[in-house]
Amino acid sequence: MGRSFRLSDIDWFLLGLALAIAAIGVVEIYSTTLHSALAGQYRKQIYWLILCSVLALVVSRFDYHRVLEQVPWLYAGAVLLLAGLLVAGHSIAGTKRWLQFGPVSFQVSEIVKLIIILVVAAYFADRRTKAVTWGDLVKLGIIAGIPAVLVALEPDLGTALTFVPIVAAGVLFAGIRLQHIAILCLVGILLLPVGWHFLRPYQRERIMTFVHPTQNTQSTSYQVTQTKIAIGSGGFWGKGLGNGTQSRLGFIPVSHADAIFAAFAEEQGFVGTLLVLLLYFAMLLRLLDGAQMAPDRAGAFLLVGLAAVLFFQVVVNTGMMIGVLPITGIPLPLMSQGGSSLLFTFLGLGLAMSVRARRYVN
Amino acid sequence: MEVRFPSDERPPAWKIAFLQYVIAATFLLLLVGYWRLQIGHHQQYSDLADRNRIRNLPEIAPRGRILDRDGRILADNFPAFSVLLLRDSGGALSPDRVAGIARGLQLDQDDLRATLQRTASLPRFQPVLLKQSASLEDISFLESHRVEYPELDLIQAQQRLYPKHQLAAATLGYVGEVPEEMIAKLGSSYKPGDVVGKFGVEAEYNQLLAGRDGMRRVVVNSRGQEVGELSSIKPQSGNDLRLTLDLDLQMAAEASLGEQSGAVVALDPRTGEVLVMVSHPSFDPNDFAKRIDPKEWNDLMNDPMKPLMNKAIQAQLAPGSVFKIVMASAALETGTVQPDFIVNCAGSVSIYGHLYHDWVFEKHRAHGAVNVHSAIRESCDIFFYTIGKMLGIEKIDFFARGLGLGSRTGIDLPAEAPGLIPSPEWVQRAFKRKWYAGETISVSIGQGADLATPLQLANTIGGIASGGVFHRPHVAFQDQLRALGQDPPDISPRDFPLSDDTVSAVKSGMWAVVNEGGGTGAAARLPGIEISGKTGTAQVVSEALQASAKSSEFKNTAWFVGYAPSDRPEIVVAALVQRGEHSTVAVPIVRDVIKAYFDKKLGPKSPDNQMETQARVLSQLRPVALPSQVKSTARQ
Repeated sequence: MGRSFRLSDIDWFLLGLALAIAAIGVVEIYSTTLHSALAGQYRKQIYWLILCSVLALVVSRFDYHRVLEQVPWLYAGAVLLLAGLLVAGHSIAGTKRWLQFGPVSFQVSEIVKLIIILVVAAYFADRRTKAVTWGDLVKLGIIAGIPAVLVALEPDLGTALTFVPIVAAGVLFAGIRLQHIAILCLVGILLLPVGWHFLRPYQRERIMTFVHPTQNTQSTSYQVTQTKIAIGSGGFWGKGLGNGTQSRLGFIPVSHADAIFAAFAEEQGFVGTLLVLLLYFAMLLRLLDGAQMAPDRAGAFLLVGLAAVLFFQVVVNTGMMIGVLPITGIPLPLMSQGGSSLLFTFLGLGLAMSVRARRYVN
Repeated sequence: MEVRFPSDERPPAWKIAFLQYVIAATFLLLLVGYWRLQIGHHQQYSDLADRNRIRNLPEIAPRGRILDRDGRILADNFPAFSVLLLRDSGGALSPDRVAGIARGLQLDQDDLRATLQRTASLPRFQPVLLKQSASLEDISFLESHRVEYPELDLIQAQQRLYPKHQLAAATLGYVGEVPEEMIAKLGSSYKPGDVVGKFGVEAEYNQLLAGRDGMRRVVVNSRGQEVGELSSIKPQSGNDLRLTLDLDLQMAAEASLGEQSGAVVALDPRTGEVLVMVSHPSFDPNDFAKRIDPKEWNDLMNDPMKPLMNKAIQAQLAPGSVFKIVMASAALETGTVQPDFIVNCAGSVSIYGHLYHDWVFEKHRAHGAVNVHSAIRESCDIFFYTIGKMLGIEKIDFFARGLGLGSRTGIDLPAEAPGLIPSPEWVQRAFKRKWYAGETISVSIGQGADLATPLQLANTIGGIASGGVFHRPHVAFQDQLRALGQDPPDISPRDFPLSDDTVSAVKSGMWAVVNEGGGTGAAARLPGIEISGKTGTAQVVSEALQASAKSSEFKNTAWFVGYAPSDRPEIVVAALVQRGEHSTVAVPIVRDVIKAYFDKKLGPKSPDNQMETQARVLSQLRPVALPSQVKSTARQ
């Protein structure tokens, strides 16, 4: 951290966007859990938010190169932790996703997500070929595949899937030949039936629901139907804070967590939807803008990876609420209640600010 | 992994721009998606959200109670739960769900499907009644499957309870689900599943007894729990209805008829109020309050003893010798004979070349010289054959009708039978033939095509004994109906004036039936109370029974119609015992009812006695076992 601290080193615009989205999230968590057993969750979210903002500022002071140098250790630690969780972790609600530190539980896979971003950035940092080779693809496949499989076994297919856009964005950004893309797609399609075989019944049902939405009005498509009703009934102006009947009366499951955007859209209408999507859009453009100005390949890949995973999560989460994508357990970054997700996002943003602070200024 | 950081590279601008376009395009698509839901289909989803959270729950109004004349309860309600199917959200139920619901509620699958089909055309906001008086198992099934079957709900409803079970069942009637014809009727406000009176008083006064159901619009959460109320229309309970029936007399009559098949009617001839109306074998109307199963229904429908018939007003039987009172009145009133007119009874007589026997002929006896008084007392057939021939069928027909036979009395109960008084026009109309002179002879002793109901005979004998004044029989009090805003039926008395001489001559005969030696109703004698009356034994039972028995078996019908006090009758009782060997089986029934009447009026001699009667009634009131069939041609 050789240089002295200057206020202009901090990307106030990026931080401001993130805090605005997170604040909207806190208000919606407050509204949707009011008078429920989860009332008070918003306060927990505020504490996390303060902690994460501070951490982001601290991380932004680090030189991201020093972090990238530790990638082999971070990666090894992540794999060991995930494996250990599967072997020794106790399960909460049938899944082994959580690491317990006293009163605070923590979802390991969220941090692994950040480590994957770092791994991909480090991998491409010194690869200057015009296009990736088969060897690169296989290596990256194995590097990202091991933790992905471990996370999928927890089971948490949603988070495991978020590793895909990180690798994909890295590969695309590094350059890949169309021929390779075509072959990869072919292999993917051929592997689909095998993947189907490994899916759990509820996961298959979610996909079937997506394909035939009206066939079954109970269980899975019930959720989609209800979130669509919530969003559609919100109309242009929304029903107003605290007036969302769908979320307040329990028709939307987990309306404070994964489904928070449906609850938000019900209460704030299309105006609110538009505002929040614009905030996300601005944030993503800001990250890509940082990539453009990054001092080196490593910094650029880091920002592209982060932008890719946030983009993926925002699109999948808001897309599944209106039934255009199948239901997966993916939280909406910054808005959904949950400390692990906040922590990942803000650490990522901290690194992004670190990259931006070292930009070329012409 | 080795990491190096060359600091010379900058990512190509076109790649960043490409990613920016991809993001912009995707967000645009997302916004289009949200636009379509939130703006395009807003109304539709808004309705769906309301259907999710708003339920229309009917509040079933309790039906009015039915009371006896002293206010004792004959039909009541008890709180029970009904299972509703809410159809606001979601379309038709899948076969799987229908099967699941049928299993859970222990309903027949086909029945359930039929119910759903019937109600498919109803507006969606109207819930469908799936099951009344839900059992504890049904309720726990519902509570534990709220999430799987959110379309099922429970409401509290008042259900009909007949605390006296079989007592007066045919008169009170029963309630059940409203039949489709009634729903289809123009301007009908009924919907499937509504409960209406289907028979007896319950049907006749359904308008009064039925309340108006209310409706509550409530907000529920996703688990179907109520969290608030938007609006409510309070249910209006039905009106209580007090009947003219007297529970004490009714119980005495039920006990006295016992397990014999037949009917008892008691009227106050001064007003037409029905004090007693019994029809046996009876049924338990509580069975109908819940959904009766098809097998039980078939058993009741096909029972040859017709338990679902109110025999007091529906059984049309030959009146037998009771008709002789009409004959005597006609003969005296027309001056065809004088009270001292004498016929010599030799046990048989030849009229129109045909030999007619008297009922004592079998016993190798004859009545000897009889006048009106002794002919009634001993029920001499030969005497009445003779005056029947003298009167001719037209006069007999005119008087029988005038005295209340051959047409409905107009009682305020559904499905009263009209009876039949044959005439030359009637045979012309019905059989396209001429009247046979011999038929007049049969009609003269209440045989042939003569048919009357127990109510008609009570009304006729009571009217003659009251000097020719006939009050229309009724079970509901006029002033009460008026107070409840109903137009009461016209019960102004109908006069068919008979001269005092005629009345006193006929009444002296009926007094002798009970109180003189040789009278056929001597068994009705009661210390301190003067009972008069007339016995009858008819050979042919109802046309229906005759048909079912293929006309080969003749079953006797025992009648006794008695009244008291003899001079100014306050109560007239008609008792009918089907397959009664002899009229003597009907006599004690009338005596018991009249005794109960005067016991009550003059104060009970011993209260124990009443209690005993009550206990006896309750122990005997089981659906009937058939009395053994008896063959006899005796007539008296």
